[in-house]
Amino acid sequence: MSHLLALIVVLPLAGFLLNGLAGNRLGKAFVSTVGCGLPILAFAVAVKCLVDLQAAGGAPRIEVAYTWAAIGDSLFEIAFYFDALTAVMVLIVTGVGSLIHIYSIGYMKADSSYARYYAYLNLFLFFMLLLVLGRSMLVLFVGWEGVGLASYLLIGFWFEDPDKARAGKKAFITNRIGDAGFLLGMFLVYQALGTLDMDRINAAFMGTSPPAVSASLLGILLFIGASGKSAQIPLYVWLPDAMAGPTPVSALIHAATMVTGGVYLVARLSGVYMHAPEASAVIAAVGVFTALFAATIAVAQNDIKKVLAYSTISQLGFMFVALGVGAYGVAIFHVYTHAFFKACLFLGAGSVIHALGGEQDIRKMGGLARRIPVTFATFAVATAAIAGIPPLAGFFSKDEILWYAFASSHGGSPLLFAVAATTALLTAFYMFRLLWLTFFGRSRMTPEVEHHVHESPLSMTGVLVVLAVLSAIGGFLSIPHYLAPMLPLPEVAHELEYFETPLVVMSVVVAFAGLAAAAFVYGDAGARAEALRRRFPGLYRVLCGKYFVDEAYDALIARPLYWISDRVFLRIGDRQLFDGTLHGLAALGRRTAGGLSRVQNGSLHLYALFVLLGIIASLAWGWRHG
Amino acid sequence: MLIATSIALFALGLLGVIVRRNVLVMLMCMELMLNGVNLSLVTFAQQQATAAGAVLVLLVFVVAAAEIAIAIPIVLLLVRRKDGLDLDAYAELKG
Repeated sequence: MSHLLALIVVLPLAGFLLNGLAGNRLGKAFVSTVGCGLPILAFAVAVKCLVDLQAAGGAPRIEVAYTWAAIGDSLFEIAFYFDALTAVMVLIVTGVGSLIHIYSIGYMKADSSYARYYAYLNLFLFFMLLLVLGRSMLVLFVGWEGVGLASYLLIGFWFEDPDKARAGKKAFITNRIGDAGFLLGMFLVYQALGTLDMDRINAAFMGTSPPAVSASLLGILLFIGASGKSAQIPLYVWLPDAMAGPTPVSALIHAATMVTGGVYLVARLSGVYMHAPEASAVIAAVGVFTALFAATIAVAQNDIKKVLAYSTISQLGFMFVALGVGAYGVAIFHVYTHAFFKACLFLGAGSVIHALGGEQDIRKMGGLARRIPVTFATFAVATAAIAGIPPLAGFFSKDEILWYAFASSHGGSPLLFAVAATTALLTAFYMFRLLWLTFFGRSRMTPEVEHHVHESPLSMTGVLVVLAVLSAIGGFLSIPHYLAPMLPLPEVAHELEYFETPLVVMSVVVAFAGLAAAAFVYGDAGARAEALRRRFPGLYRVLCGKYFVDEAYDALIARPLYWISDRVFLRIGDRQLFDGTLHGLAALGRRTAGGLSRVQNGSLHLYALFVLLGIIASLAWGWRHG
Repeated sequence: MLIATSIALFALGLLGVIVRRNVLVMLMCMELMLNGVNLSLVTFAQQQATAAGAVLVLLVFVVAAAEIAIAIPIVLLLVRRKDGLDLDAYAELKG
């Protein structure tokens, strides 16, 4: 049996080791070759695996790489599982990942920690592949934690800046909360089924005798984990701050791949969620609320990366809506299209920031369309794609999500559809707002910045073009249909089928309405936007402040924790109880020793007297007890 | 009777070690204690009609002779250092 799957995983690990251990000594050319070459190689191997999979008629390929532990009858194996769903995820991860590695050559070329950057990037890819290829939840969990680690390392990549280091910590700690839910879910499933292999778990739930564990409880516990990684309410707060990392990192980890880990987890365990209507309802509700919530925040942000970050949260919300209504294949479809256009947007934003020498505030941009035409063109295509303008990729996936939100027999409802459609409108609005403020209108740059504006090198623009093309045509590959044998689409009631065409028309209208609204509000040099802001100052302030969620968390959770830690645990518990006990014991020992040391005063006579007393005492004792 | 003598010898020796300050006297008292033990050993050997006790006495003699051979030079050195035989002068050597 060949070990192709293991090879996919190990290639980036080799890159991490080579770049991490020897990269600094061997120069940038070596680092770039290894850092980009191995992911591309992994992509090639993944394509080979996909071809094999098709040749085998879709039968999943299972590879056991190593037996981790055998406890009684329980085997814990590092096994890889490759089916259609894995194939899609692996190709996204290695494909988009490779492109972003290539882009980074240009973006990071002036950085002094070039080798460290590529080492981390390869490490991330290794863990992400472990996550999607793992057969057992245990392997998935290792990857899950590993991508968290890589994300932490890369958010805090410029750790000299305390704000960025803090953002890294925030991401890590917020994810821990979700991981607690994930772990509990794993314990529960292991207790009930005695296995952590996800194909077996699905089979157990799909079988005739359902296991003696509540699918909804399990589903909700795992969803807590997924909501941490995929930035859903209430654990989304880390993602906007994660933009502190280098922009390609934001594109790779915090837009295209890692944050879709939660979506993948739910889709992978679709067998559980199909039997958990309550958990599915929770997922749909959280998803749609997150989508709307993040979209409203995105409308009022002024940092180009923050807008994209909230848009990512919003799009992830869409994916969870699809998962909640049972359209697992559609959610993966949106993961797939989102990976293209969001990577393109982030990398485009990176190119803009690069051109402007580090400026991220869209209020200080404008009129860039002619100055950096390739970036503009690709950014525009991706914007249209995320807004859902046909026939670009985002249109297809978003339209399907809206359709199933409305019509799915597994929890779809007009209300869900209405909220999702509103979000789609907002999405189109804020994305075109971003496009307008960045590329159109009069320049608001300082003369000094304006003087330096330049198009990015080919390694960056080339990647942008590839991603823009994929964002444009990616939607024609029908992923839901391809995945249907293993992730069947939910049934649609007959009487609702008439609505399909009107809904398609409506989602197109919504996209163009958003475009038109943004053009209207921001088209005249911002005067109308200013008027709007004047009219609703309170609303603007709330949106600008991101609903003050961070502040609320600080006041409700962080401060009380500080207080308890300081007053109760530190002052009473640690200083008084523990320190007091230990200091008391030490003082007792010292005092006793001081008293006893007087006996040892160097006088032989006294010692001899003690010997005499000892002899007498032992004789007396012997006489009484002998 | 012999046992009583040996106990008396031992006790006198011990008392001497404890109360006297002169190093030479203390050494002599230790010899006294050893002799008390020797006396009891031969007495018991006589009573039990075994040779082991008598043999042990010879061993004790050898040990006592060796001990004195080491102890006297030590005492000599001490005396040279402090110009006196009073052992309390060395009490500051405590650890």
